Amino acid sequence: MPDDNRHPWPHKDLLDVTQLDAAEVRRLLDLAAGFQEINRRPVKKVPTLKGKTVVLFFAENSTRTKTSFDVAAKRLSADTFALSTAGSSINKGESLKDTGLTLQAMNPDVIVIRHQSSGAARYLAELLPCGVVNGGDGWHAHPTQALLDCFSLREVWGDDFAGRELLILGDIAHSRVARSNLHLLRMLGVKVRLCAPRTLLPAGVDHWPAEVYSDLDKAMDGVDAVMCLRLQLERQQAGLLPDLSEYSRRYCLDFRHLHKAKPGCRVLHPGPMNRGLEISSAVADAPECLVLDQVAAGVATRMAILYLLATRTEGGAA
Amino acid sequence: MLSIRNARHLDAPVDLLVDGARIVTMTPAGHVAPPEGCEVFEAHGLRLFPSLTDAHVHLREPGFEYKEEIATGLDAAAHGGFGQVMCMANTKPVNDTAAVTRFMLERARESHPDGPRLYPVAAASVGLKGEALAPLAEMRAAGCVAVSNDGRPLESAELVRRIMEYAADLGMVFIDHCEDPHLARGWLMHEGDVSGMLGIKGQPAAGEAMQAARDIMLAEYLGLPVHIAHVSSRLTVDLIAWGKARGVRVTAETCPHYLLLDETALEGYNTLAKVSPPLRTADDRAALREAVASGIVDILVTDHAPHAAHEKDETLDLAPCGLTGLDLALSLTWELVREGALTEADVHRLWSRRPAEIFGLPRNDFAPGDPADFFLFDADATWEVTPEALRSRGKNTPFLGRRLHGRVRHHWLGGKALF
Repeated sequence: MPDDNRHPWPHKDLLDVTQLDAAEVRRLLDLAAGFQEINRRPVKKVPTLKGKTVVLFFAENSTRTKTSFDVAAKRLSADTFALSTAGSSINKGESLKDTGLTLQAMNPDVIVIRHQSSGAARYLAELLPCGVVNGGDGWHAHPTQALLDCFSLREVWGDDFAGRELLILGDIAHSRVARSNLHLLRMLGVKVRLCAPRTLLPAGVDHWPAEVYSDLDKAMDGVDAVMCLRLQLERQQAGLLPDLSEYSRRYCLDFRHLHKAKPGCRVLHPGPMNRGLEISSAVADAPECLVLDQVAAGVATRMAILYLLATRTEGGAA
Repeated sequence: MLSIRNARHLDAPVDLLVDGARIVTMTPAGHVAPPEGCEVFEAHGLRLFPSLTDAHVHLREPGFEYKEEIATGLDAAAHGGFGQVMCMANTKPVNDTAAVTRFMLERARESHPDGPRLYPVAAASVGLKGEALAPLAEMRAAGCVAVSNDGRPLESAELVRRIMEYAADLGMVFIDHCEDPHLARGWLMHEGDVSGMLGIKGQPAAGEAMQAARDIMLAEYLGLPVHIAHVSSRLTVDLIAWGKARGVRVTAETCPHYLLLDETALEGYNTLAKVSPPLRTADDRAALREAVASGIVDILVTDHAPHAAHEKDETLDLAPCGLTGLDLALSLTWELVREGALTEADVHRLWSRRPAEIFGLPRNDFAPGDPADFFLFDADATWEVTPEALRSRGKNTPFLGRRLHGRVRHHWLGGKALF
């Protein structure tokens, strides 16, 4: 297998990128690169996780993350089954504890959970003996998104992360993508900037290891990459924005902004995009935009994560 | 008669003589022989405390007996050193009629005829809805001693004014849970560095302070008292100090957990540390310690809020606010004495003399004729906070697993030994 590291993977779960060190991140991304090669073959399936079971427990709506994990597991020949809130016992008032214990009774190897509550993945991981992957919990963390973002950037930058500057643009306060990317990019030596109206910045952001801007033109000056965040349309109803067109006028990423960045500046977006709101359609379709590369990277990165967690107890090189 | 021999009161060895329900004298140890036929209890140097008064507890009955009953809550109170507890009105049904007040008192008399004594706090508004004034006079007549909308902060300054006015006519102090409902909407913890990193909706300390400022200004304008409940922030402390300096009749309380913990207790999404108001910053904690020592914050309370284990065994957003307190309060306070943040005399003042003064309850200063409500405290005893060690039905405390100092060994109320 592509993972030639002889040390067993030390983590039962993947809850947040903060539990990883830089060497583990590199190992994971190297492994993902191997799986990316498999994904480009005519026959994209390997028997690596044959007989393993991966549960996709998505208590919050998701299409691309859930599909990405599903494809990743199936390409490794794992069996998957999905549980979503709609039609499940969660809708009947079952607690997360009881849902988790019920799933565990089916003896899965890994449970991927997405949940609206920050800390839900950690709660499940402490409760259950199987591996738990955080597929996004509340506003807290989305470690696989951050890993796939770094994977996408590494395909462009190589291992040359140190000293790069990246701007995260948009609703930082409510973004698990921003939090996880901030930690991971910093770990790899990237200088991170944040840009948003103050109503969409989290408490204590002045103490975050990032430069904070409210002016997009200034924030874009000299960056190597910009990561747009999806704006949830209900933020206007919540009184955090006056109206969406004003937001768009101030913060929608277009070529005018990109020209202030370094030549070759790349654009990332976790999707789904609101074209014309946080990103102009022209930028979304431009070659600088890595959105579709990110989707491909997502499958490879998640294959690596599932592989490491599902085989970690089998000894030696996972 | 009863003679307690060789107890330690503050820094002095003392003997205490009790006749029936009253204190006769407290004298230096060994100076006066106990009267003929007097029952003698050898204290062996245990510390003698007046029974404590907790002006802010939630005993959950009626309506939420699975969390706590008046019987189990008073049992925890007795073993925690409390002779008097004031229970809040957010039961089901709400204590907004004399019938509910009488029910509570009857349950207390049935389970604990010799005490601890229960003093219900009347709901300030019907159903705690913050709309119509509750029938305070009938509840006063039934036995309520104070009035509060605790648990449901009041939005209307007009209603707060009318509650203060109406309660004052009845000799009832208004206890206000200060929290701006708009700034606090959807909160799970203090809004600050930790909430930002955890991705948790927080509430700023300013929301508490804004309502405290409103209350202080109304109290000054009306010339009436107001008591600020469970103060959690430096900003509120500063406002109370400002009000007191102006001569406003403002008093305030805080809880041991605000003196010992801060927002970092929520790291790891620890639902046992989710409490209302939330644990705030280390700076707020330091300000509260100073305020309690100086008397700006007048008293300590537990805000005892028992919950069932399954309710706290949830994600942070679904777990209810509150922590169990009656079993732990004195030992937690003693940690502050051991650290030098408070003195033993402060403990008497904060937990006994001042709460009785503020709410007009009986108090024991060990003067002749005072109620014989006291306990013997073993300050050197250590114990581990485990579910089994707590008498309350609620085991929900972030101090689980902590080793604490000090246990109540013997407790008398009205001269009768509770244990």
